[in-house]
Amino acid sequence: MKTIPLAAGFACLATLAAADTPVLDVYTYDSFAAEWGPGPAIEKGFEATCGCDLRFVTAGDGAALLARVQLEGAASAADVVVGIDTNLTAAARATGLFAPHGQPAVTGLPMAYDDADFLPFDWGWFAFVHNKTLANPPKSFEELAASDLKIVIEDPRSSTPGLGLVMWVKAAYGDRAAEIWAGLKDNIVTVTPGWSEAYGLFLEGEADMVLSYTTSPAYHLIAESDDSKAAAAFGEGHYMQVEVAGKLAASDQPALADAFLAYLVSDAAQNVIPTTNWMYPANPLTAGLPKGFETLIQPEKSLLMAQDEAGALRDAAVAEWQAALAK
Amino acid sequence: MASRAGQISAALLGLAVAALTLGSAAMTAGHATDWSLGPADGAALRFTLLQAALSAAVSGVLAIPLARALARRRFPGRSLLIRLLAAPFLLPVVVAVLGLLAVFGRAGPVNAALAAAGLPPLSIYGLHGVVIAHVFLNLPLVTRMLLQGWQAIPAERFRLAEALGMPPPSQFRHLEWPMLRSLLPGAFATVFLLCLTSFAVALTLGGGPKASTLELAIYQALRFDFDLGRAALLAAVQFGLCAAVTLATLRLTPGGVFGPGVDRAGGVSSPPGWRHGADALAIGLAVAFLLGPLLAVMLRGLPGLAGLPLTVWPALGRSVALSIASALLASTAALTLALAVTRGQSWLEIAAMLPLSASGLVMGTGLFLAVHPTISPESLALPVTLMVNATMALPYLFRLLLPEARALRADYGRLSESLGLTGVARLRLVTLPRLARPLGFGTGLAAALSMGDLGVIALFAGERTETLPLLVQRLMGAYRMEAAAAAALVLVAASFALFWAFDRWGAARAAT
Repeated sequence: MKTIPLAAGFACLATLAAADTPVLDVYTYDSFAAEWGPGPAIEKGFEATCGCDLRFVTAGDGAALLARVQLEGAASAADVVVGIDTNLTAAARATGLFAPHGQPAVTGLPMAYDDADFLPFDWGWFAFVHNKTLANPPKSFEELAASDLKIVIEDPRSSTPGLGLVMWVKAAYGDRAAEIWAGLKDNIVTVTPGWSEAYGLFLEGEADMVLSYTTSPAYHLIAESDDSKAAAAFGEGHYMQVEVAGKLAASDQPALADAFLAYLVSDAAQNVIPTTNWMYPANPLTAGLPKGFETLIQPEKSLLMAQDEAGALRDAAVAEWQAALAK
Repeated sequence: MASRAGQISAALLGLAVAALTLGSAAMTAGHATDWSLGPADGAALRFTLLQAALSAAVSGVLAIPLARALARRRFPGRSLLIRLLAAPFLLPVVVAVLGLLAVFGRAGPVNAALAAAGLPPLSIYGLHGVVIAHVFLNLPLVTRMLLQGWQAIPAERFRLAEALGMPPPSQFRHLEWPMLRSLLPGAFATVFLLCLTSFAVALTLGGGPKASTLELAIYQALRFDFDLGRAALLAAVQFGLCAAVTLATLRLTPGGVFGPGVDRAGGVSSPPGWRHGADALAIGLAVAFLLGPLLAVMLRGLPGLAGLPLTVWPALGRSVALSIASALLASTAALTLALAVTRGQSWLEIAAMLPLSASGLVMGTGLFLAVHPTISPESLALPVTLMVNATMALPYLFRLLLPEARALRADYGRLSESLGLTGVARLRLVTLPRLARPLGFGTGLAAALSMGDLGVIALFAGERTETLPLLVQRLMGAYRMEAAAAAALVLVAASFALFWAFDRWGAARAAT
């Protein structure tokens, strides 16, 4: 008979303990929270000091992530969203769901980037990756179009790298973008739904080059001790992908959310980024980049459209891409 | 009494399926603010219809000689081969595409052989590539449907034909063609509807934005534009097409044609001479086409097996449990619906086919919107996936069961009624033994399909609900192609083992 009150007492204690530990819900894309992504180390590092339980909730990629937050609307359990791509920040801001992050601007990007609502936590340059055995890799889109090299790209309607490529051509060539796409048409083996299919096809030997990142060769070099891959440097500059985090206005843990954002751009968390997310950190690392990153190409010119411009141009640029390739 | 209860439960089931498919689309539509289709949606519709019609027609035409050859020849390893030939249908789409590319791709053996012969290389990218991939995925299903048709022709009919001195062409005209006439429309509709929602195959092998499908437009609307209205409209177009095709199938399908036999072994004769060679050729080509890419998938997966992350095993356990449960749910529902249709509730046929044209994305989004504010989606990840997978597998099972349920009704219905055989006794003594073969095969298919499915879990999955296909995708998304290939091999092996177990169960229990 005594066991019942005892059990009830324990249950009460357990509830109290649970109530004492606040939960911070961080929405992010799949590969961020995967066991080989930056998620686990960042969770461990933050939980060591916050006295809280950090929970990752994942949704496909950056676009799926924003769609998920929009689906949930103001009733979302999310406190922080990590992993929206800059091509989508205009759409994200327009939802009115995000609040200013209140952190100082990051300093590790090749250009000044200060946004009151969205805080960059990593970035990279898009690039065409090839095997080093490829003789005379092209040095521009025009050279690529003139060559008979075969490339695999991603669809801008279903993947963020695909959208990044369309913006890259648009940013570099403006009104000539359609002409460039028409020239590239016979180089394109196929257009895949996402990055992983494209990269898989490239590794299978289906194409000479694939649209990926300048940091992709670092994965092969550091994780697989394979130095056979390189990225082609393009003279017109390389478009950037900047990944940002944002705080939800309806968060029930605003103080914890602020603390998490501060931790995300701190040296401890940023140190994890290069060899888990295979991107550049948003703030310079005190210990410098991991060995192997010095072998990567350093584009002389970085391209990035202002967010409002990117938001306004997106639909027209994708339609232009589609029209040029469907001819 | 029993039949009345049966009617009501079948009707409720039909309504539940309609609610899951149409209701989830309506739920999506309910949250829409704007209603319009995009400028490219018309082109996407045209391409979708074209590739689906071609894929279904080619699958049907190729399945006839293959199923006929398998039906009239006996050779060592025949039943093993028949089971193995179903494997492509069980492959997750991304794995199937990579397997096909390993054979037909730029660096594959086909192009190596062409180059050695001094011929220009063959590119698999374009409309023909999409059709090749869809035929690869669906030919096994159509072949099995037709093979069951051949097995269902009573052996006495063939004996009579031979006693009358009918040569093979006449046998074909009088016995085999009527059977094909009754099965092909349903098989065509199934493949057509399946290809209607094609996404990754059409996009990866299509070669460019010309090959855009409706499903891609839905993906874009839901993921990039957050345009729920457009997604719901596109889903409505898919449902409309599905209903139209199913109705056309109904009109084109004649009723039962043979009458009962006495279940003697034998069946279609094995004509000698050139027909022997032709059958051997049909089987040989099918083996090369269907098993070549499968072999490639195995070879790609083996090197990474040792380095698989440990999370593979709990994910595998979850996937297996999920797929067994949804397969059992789907087969119970399909049997109920098929029997109800033969009793005259023919509207249920449309309800049972609806999930084929349902977009997994729209269904997931609708369900998400339905539960979200009240219940945390993660806590429902597995039950929702179970329900949706069962619903998605229902049409295949239904398609496999319906012709045999019709024949059963025509052949044994009156006898059973005159004996007063109803309810559980009739199910146990007549229905299950007569339908065991398609039921086992269909349940196996449902289990395997559910293993490979990704559509819904991706939207609901939390930290502790990762399934194996999701893990494969996550590995691929993180440069880990070798580990992904190995995990995919584990997935394929498990799918195939489940399929095999159910299919064997059916064959062992079958009364014929």
